[in-house]
Amino acid sequence: MADGTRDKGERQEPPDDEAALSARLKRLGDRIAQAKEPSERGDDTRQTTDASGMARGFRLSTELVAGVLVGAGLGWLLDRWLGISPWGLIVFLLLGFAAGVLNVMRAAGIVRDPTVND
Amino acid sequence: MATDPIHQFQIVNFFPVAKVGGTEIAFTNSAAFMVAAVVIITAFLLAGAASRAMVPGRLQSAAELVYEFVATTIRSTAGAEGMRFFPFVFTLFTFILTVNLIGLIPYTFTVTSHIIVTLALALTVFFTVLIYGLYRHGLHFFGLFAPKGIPVYILPLIVCIEILSFLSRPISHSVRLFANMLAGHITLKVFASFIAMLGSAGIIGVAGATLPLALVIGLTALELLVAFLQAYVFAILTCIYLNDAIHPGH
Repeated sequence: MADGTRDKGERQEPPDDEAALSARLKRLGDRIAQAKEPSERGDDTRQTTDASGMARGFRLSTELVAGVLVGAGLGWLLDRWLGISPWGLIVFLLLGFAAGVLNVMRAAGIVRDPTVND
Repeated sequence: MATDPIHQFQIVNFFPVAKVGGTEIAFTNSAAFMVAAVVIITAFLLAGAASRAMVPGRLQSAAELVYEFVATTIRSTAGAEGMRFFPFVFTLFTFILTVNLIGLIPYTFTVTSHIIVTLALALTVFFTVLIYGLYRHGLHFFGLFAPKGIPVYILPLIVCIEILSFLSRPISHSVRLFANMLAGHITLKVFASFIAMLGSAGIIGVAGATLPLALVIGLTALELLVAFLQAYVFAILTCIYLNDAIHPGH
């Protein structure tokens, strides 16, 4: 964020001398290298082992199934205890599905887990 | 030799140990392999630590490698404070890894292919997180379920979903390890039985049997990887969950 705004400010002023230009080129090179690094690492892990991809897929599917199962189980128990069948099952199955999707998105790193990094 | 792929998971009672209520508790083949795993780990670590050489030998290097590996995993996921759980995570990792690796040897029993075992391990982690979190942070621990910056009108819904997500952890944690080991061992057994079946079907059958043989060799290598990977995944998820207990809801 901060880098982007700073660069926008720089782009407006013309490159007046060689030193400034080379400094900017160097900075650009650094940033390209920095941006490239994680993506290259990701490619490596994807190519080396199909098994780790399989493990990842397996992890995501169990996360979803676990969420739905827990929701269904909890809803069923609430139905039995409170005698509100079938509403507990309906509501908690849907909530469980939502929790499962949340689990999957967290495991895949799409949604930032608020508890993992501060 | 049994060709039934499920036969390898059968529990065999060796001798009765105790009787609780109407249920007899027996020493089973599963328990025997757990004891074997514990004995192997203990022997490995004791032998590795015995020489205490400044320049480590092979065994000591291996033992130090395992220590460093688990310690790095904990530090990178749960922070330096997570190191107080090092014995717990180290025990889980080495136990699961050893049990998985023993299971790859033909004619042995894979302890982690039974969900009751993995669920017991996952529930131990779950209750450790819950009890330590409550002990350490009191009711503030439940802040875990209410992420910051959520509008008040959808907060009840989010809290419900977060609680379900939290409760689903031991299930996904245990099912992953159990299903991986179960599926892998069934696949191995099925392809291995193809070799025997084809091999008994004349000269063309023997030629054809080389295909599943090649597959079984590949699968064994894959299973070796899975055995390690699943132990690692179990350990790293334990660290992530413990991290919640140590620093809930920033």
